[in-house]
Amino acid sequence: MTVLDRWVRRATEHPPPGPFRAGFWRSPLRGPWFTAVLSVVLLAGITLMFLTGLASYAAYNPNLAPGNDTTPDKGLLGSWLPGWPAGPSWLYWVTQGVHVTLGLVLIPIVLAKLWSVLPKLFEWPPARSLTHLVERASLLLLVGGAVFELVTGVMNIQYFYAWPFGFYQAHYYGAWVFIAAFLVHVAFRLRRMVTALRSRSLRNELRTPLEQTTAEPPDPDHLVSPDPAPATISRRGALGMVAASSLVLLGLSVGQTIGGAARSTALLAPRGRDLGSSAPEQPDFQVNKTAAGAGIAPVDDTWRLELKGDTSRSLSRVQLLALPQHTARLPIACVEGWSTGVQTWTGVRLVDLAALAGAAPGARLFVESLQRGGGFGSATLSAGQAGAADALLALQVNGADLTLDHGFPARVVVPALPGVHNTKWVTRMTFLAGSAP
Amino acid sequence: MGYPHDIPRRISAMTRRESVQLLALLASFVVVGYAGIRLLSGNPVGVGTWFVGSAAGHDLLLFPLYAGLDAALVVLLRRRPALATVGGVRWLNYLRVPAVVSGVLLLVWLPLILGLPTVIQDASGLPPPPLLRHWLAVTAFLFAISGAVLTVRLASTRRSTA
Repeated sequence: MTVLDRWVRRATEHPPPGPFRAGFWRSPLRGPWFTAVLSVVLLAGITLMFLTGLASYAAYNPNLAPGNDTTPDKGLLGSWLPGWPAGPSWLYWVTQGVHVTLGLVLIPIVLAKLWSVLPKLFEWPPARSLTHLVERASLLLLVGGAVFELVTGVMNIQYFYAWPFGFYQAHYYGAWVFIAAFLVHVAFRLRRMVTALRSRSLRNELRTPLEQTTAEPPDPDHLVSPDPAPATISRRGALGMVAASSLVLLGLSVGQTIGGAARSTALLAPRGRDLGSSAPEQPDFQVNKTAAGAGIAPVDDTWRLELKGDTSRSLSRVQLLALPQHTARLPIACVEGWSTGVQTWTGVRLVDLAALAGAAPGARLFVESLQRGGGFGSATLSAGQAGAADALLALQVNGADLTLDHGFPARVVVPALPGVHNTKWVTRMTFLAGSAP
Repeated sequence: MGYPHDIPRRISAMTRRESVQLLALLASFVVVGYAGIRLLSGNPVGVGTWFVGSAAGHDLLLFPLYAGLDAALVVLLRRRPALATVGGVRWLNYLRVPAVVSGVLLLVWLPLILGLPTVIQDASGLPPPPLLRHWLAVTAFLFAISGAVLTVRLASTRRSTA
């Protein structure tokens, strides 16, 4: 027996007092089955979170133009992502609505899962072997990453920027750190999760009242308390409490994503106010950037749209209104998960403007705003987006001229495009020939 | 502690399963390193503090707080069994469930509920949404439902014992 083995055995037999001793943890609910039920939900939920998160990153078309990329040093972490399509119009509405709302719904499940395995944090000795030490370092990345992603996401949708870093960079790279630790965790524990799920019947657990709730049999991972206290809540009660928390979070926030009549049900969400109901004949909706916030001075008749392609044109708003007008019913969905719901936009098709500028077929479109400072004052659209039938330079919404906050004199609206890329207060549009770099 | 000459022997003594696990962990750390450099590049101390603070904030702050409150209540009711029931019904979970749901809502929407300095007004042009009022109303509603269910339980218990 080596010195290390002897030390490990001595430490195991003499842990410090308090949480480092198994007898400290007495809940009869902790056990492999209980943890596995939460784990299987998280396995599905986190996979969906990662995929929709990646979709949201791809939706900005970061590889189309450097200005579109919020994390230009990403390297292998996304340079391979495909371009984002210009439809179906609800695509980003759904992927990002799922990303944000599911993130909220998973919070109680993550908390319950952490509760169920918390005794493992105080394992003694802290490391039994080299592999064990490395695995515990990976678990710090797993737990830190999960909570970091939830905290940055939840703070971002509330516009609470108390941190000393940029959201996009932190949330995107944080997700990669987390998912690397998550994958290896799943690889190590998947079989144990399946075994644990099979060890008890969910149906029986849902029929077991408090009086008959006892601890699971001892397990090799020592999740089960060696000295369980009498149960004060049944397993079904505890799982029900977690599910209720998730459902209440869902029910009181999803309305801001669905929009329309459902918006007023979003009592606990940043974008639950329905501006439409006050004037049903001409419904209004919330904005993500006000003219005042973007430093936009009132725009008068001297405004011209600069159109650049093979030829350059300068068009007044009157001239734009004289061009063929097209109406499209499109939602604008924000990266923060809320959406405007479907609104009726009227304006000039981007393809018609491309023809006016003498742009070559397949040209990308660089759109610039009058906006001073702040993020997303310009965006580059792919050839597919600029060529979509419903892609507009909108002049009106819901039958009236755009208000200044909605982007007067003209704004871009493209199906399935993230909100901030639907540039408002457009001043210049440049059609760029040639394929993307 | 082990002596340095122990380490090669320990590595050679590792089981096949253990070495596969170690390799998988190292592969994962390569991705972590690649993403981590980019994550930390802007403000290493700031991001690092928030990342580690996220785990520590949960494990050493939030968990001891809620588990401690719950344990104190459970211990109190165990020592004073007379307090634990009302009309023969244990009321603990009729308090726990609405308190947990309300607590989760508070945790998630803390900045808007407490009126912390968010920039939502600059973004939307509207005053911040009245989430404190909404949260209080939802909390009152949750406790009211729980109270109503308890009342029904009490009534049925009384009928069955009468």
